[in-house]
Amino acid sequence: MTVSSTNPADKQQGLVARGLREAFFAGLISLGMFSLYIGLKTDQNMRNELVLVTRWGLLATLVILAMIGRFLMIVVVQPRLAARKSAKATAAHGQAEVPGFVARNLTAIAVVALLLFPPVIVSLFGMQGSLKWIDNFGIQILIYVMLAWGLNIVVGLAGLLDLGYVAFYAVGAYSYALLSTYFGLSFWVLLPMAGILAAFWGVILGFPVLRLRGDYLAVVTLAFGEIIRLVLINWVEVTKGTFGVSGIAKASVFGIWSFDVSAPNNFAKAFDLPMSSAYYKIFLFYVILALCAVTAYVSIRLRSMPIGRAWEALREDEIACRSLGINTVTTKLTAFATGAMFGGFAGAFFGARQGFVSPESFVFLESAVILAIVVLGGMGSLVGIAIAAVVMVGGTELLRELTFLKAIFGPDFTPELYRMLIFGLAMVTVMVLKPRGFVGSRQPTAFLHERKAVSGSFTKEGHG
Amino acid sequence: MEYFIQQTVNGITLGSIYGMIAIGYTMVYGIIGMINFAHGDIFMLGAFAALITFLILTAIFTSVTVVVALIVMMAVAILMASLWNWTIERIAYRPLRGSFRLAPLITAIGMSIVLSNFIQVTQGPRNKPIPQLVSQVYDVYGISISLKQILIVVITVVMMTAFWYLVNRTSLGRAQRATEQDRKMAALLGIDVDRTISITFIMGAALAAVAGTMYLMYYGVAVFSDGFTPGVKAFTAAVLGGIGSLPGALLGGLLIGLIESLWSAYFSIDYKDVATFSILAIVLIFKPSGILGRPEIEKV
Repeated sequence: MTVSSTNPADKQQGLVARGLREAFFAGLISLGMFSLYIGLKTDQNMRNELVLVTRWGLLATLVILAMIGRFLMIVVVQPRLAARKSAKATAAHGQAEVPGFVARNLTAIAVVALLLFPPVIVSLFGMQGSLKWIDNFGIQILIYVMLAWGLNIVVGLAGLLDLGYVAFYAVGAYSYALLSTYFGLSFWVLLPMAGILAAFWGVILGFPVLRLRGDYLAVVTLAFGEIIRLVLINWVEVTKGTFGVSGIAKASVFGIWSFDVSAPNNFAKAFDLPMSSAYYKIFLFYVILALCAVTAYVSIRLRSMPIGRAWEALREDEIACRSLGINTVTTKLTAFATGAMFGGFAGAFFGARQGFVSPESFVFLESAVILAIVVLGGMGSLVGIAIAAVVMVGGTELLRELTFLKAIFGPDFTPELYRMLIFGLAMVTVMVLKPRGFVGSRQPTAFLHERKAVSGSFTKEGHG
Repeated sequence: MEYFIQQTVNGITLGSIYGMIAIGYTMVYGIIGMINFAHGDIFMLGAFAALITFLILTAIFTSVTVVVALIVMMAVAILMASLWNWTIERIAYRPLRGSFRLAPLITAIGMSIVLSNFIQVTQGPRNKPIPQLVSQVYDVYGISISLKQILIVVITVVMMTAFWYLVNRTSLGRAQRATEQDRKMAALLGIDVDRTISITFIMGAALAAVAGTMYLMYYGVAVFSDGFTPGVKAFTAAVLGGIGSLPGALLGGLLIGLIESLWSAYFSIDYKDVATFSILAIVLIFKPSGILGRPEIEKV
């Protein structure tokens, strides 16, 4: 870069001056933004009237933090980023990086680690202590991985923006909950049934919206998601409304061993083990792991089949697709149905795990979180999506554990409250820093002569 | 018949609020082609600014005239919402301009989560009730119309006229329309595109803040989660009317308000939102670009 003042000291001084000026403005703006909302707090007094409580100290702290942050951003971070960018542009030109051992065997390592996860955790924390890790972290994250992989088929491969994916999750969960309570069917019968029912709903909802594009499609799918949730709330005779369906039967090991305490073929009794609820959780962990594996296998295989190619072609250019004789109607419907099916599987699993389903679990926020995981991971990349699910879901679960913060901020501090705030901030930050998601490069499925990884920026929707 | 007219009046009031929020969605969508999911929460921030201003006013002055209070509340709410929306556009949306379609959408959803949780953390999760500001009710041939409803409709009409004038008759509006049609060409012709987009966000936020103040006055309560449902309804209204079209947004808002109040009056109140969303789906199936929207012509 050619800058008129060549003297580095001059440049540094100019930078600091600019940093101070920007910091002043940042302080002014944050003072304006926070003055009402942080400087003042509305509280109810004894007579149930609203009164204002002032928090000037907190306001001042935040404004000063904003100023320091802006100053460091201008003076330290931005020049360093610019330097790194220019260094990268000159040095690493055309040099292919040789992936390390971990990068090459990532899938194998991940699978082994996941298979060994429950025994390791149990040996570390004991039966009871392992519950939290296996259930809150292992199973919870894997459910989101599966949902995100399912949605990836619709959004990542076929390029249809679906903001109501949680509806299919709800269909799966309620299919299992209602059919098992009313008809006493077992988990292993209902798991495929939930998938089929969700796929069926996928077709029903997909059919009318075939003509819509982009954002219109997004708003209609959002509307469908809300309609299904509202029906679940209001159709009290069947769904028990907001109270939800409780006492849902647990899954069994293919009918051979049961996890009901009273059953004669109880798992713990059959092996003369001490009674514990941890066996069920460990079993569920392997079930969801298997379900995830199926989802990943199907997604990978479908991508190299004609239908998967058709999805990707549709995403890149619908008109070209139609001119080449691809039936866009069936292509879109299969994408909707396949994605919905995996949502349904995950839903049935969710029902069996919780033993309780209510419309509370299927709000728009869930759809948004799943979509965020898909996009943050780098759409179309299964590995990226899995990483995003671990970071976002695991990270927010971890926030529940930060009880030591109470020691710093006083006993009134509840980290729980800040969970979603931090989740949202993380979403924005990751998106701004890495708009193409964690994994931004693509392996094309169809290629001439040699397979080259392309940057996500070259594909239309950044997946592929 | 009187019942029907009564419900229509209620529907128009509600629809005016939706319409005002919908303008913000439609303007932002028109100019940068992005669904600003955080807009509903800007509306909620506006309502909270008005609430806090009201509390400050009552704490300082023992008696305030309602008119002055409302004007001050509205002014502070507009200021706050504009400042927030401007900052959000600057730090969260601008770096992603020119990125692929879903990136700004996800950022906007993230921003919406941030804003509602920010208010939950700083102001507490409970409902915040305020005393009735305007309580007069007039009886017109057996239909009761409250002064609140008249105020809302009048303010909506005034704001809409001002906006129509701004967009269609001023150089700022011309710059906005040019940016909407072709951003690069507009920049080449000397329009400051960044500034125009910033102003669009400020304008949308100002209307949302007015709507927020009206909402607070009408229902007398604000809560941190208020952004979501009115936000989604307003967004639905914008799409129903044809996203990108200003009269369409108002029309869509009024339609949604009417559907909601008439459906709850004649059928069941539980399924009013189901009715709203179903009508949206049906309209879009038969007219994919909304009622007043221009059909999208795709060039190959």
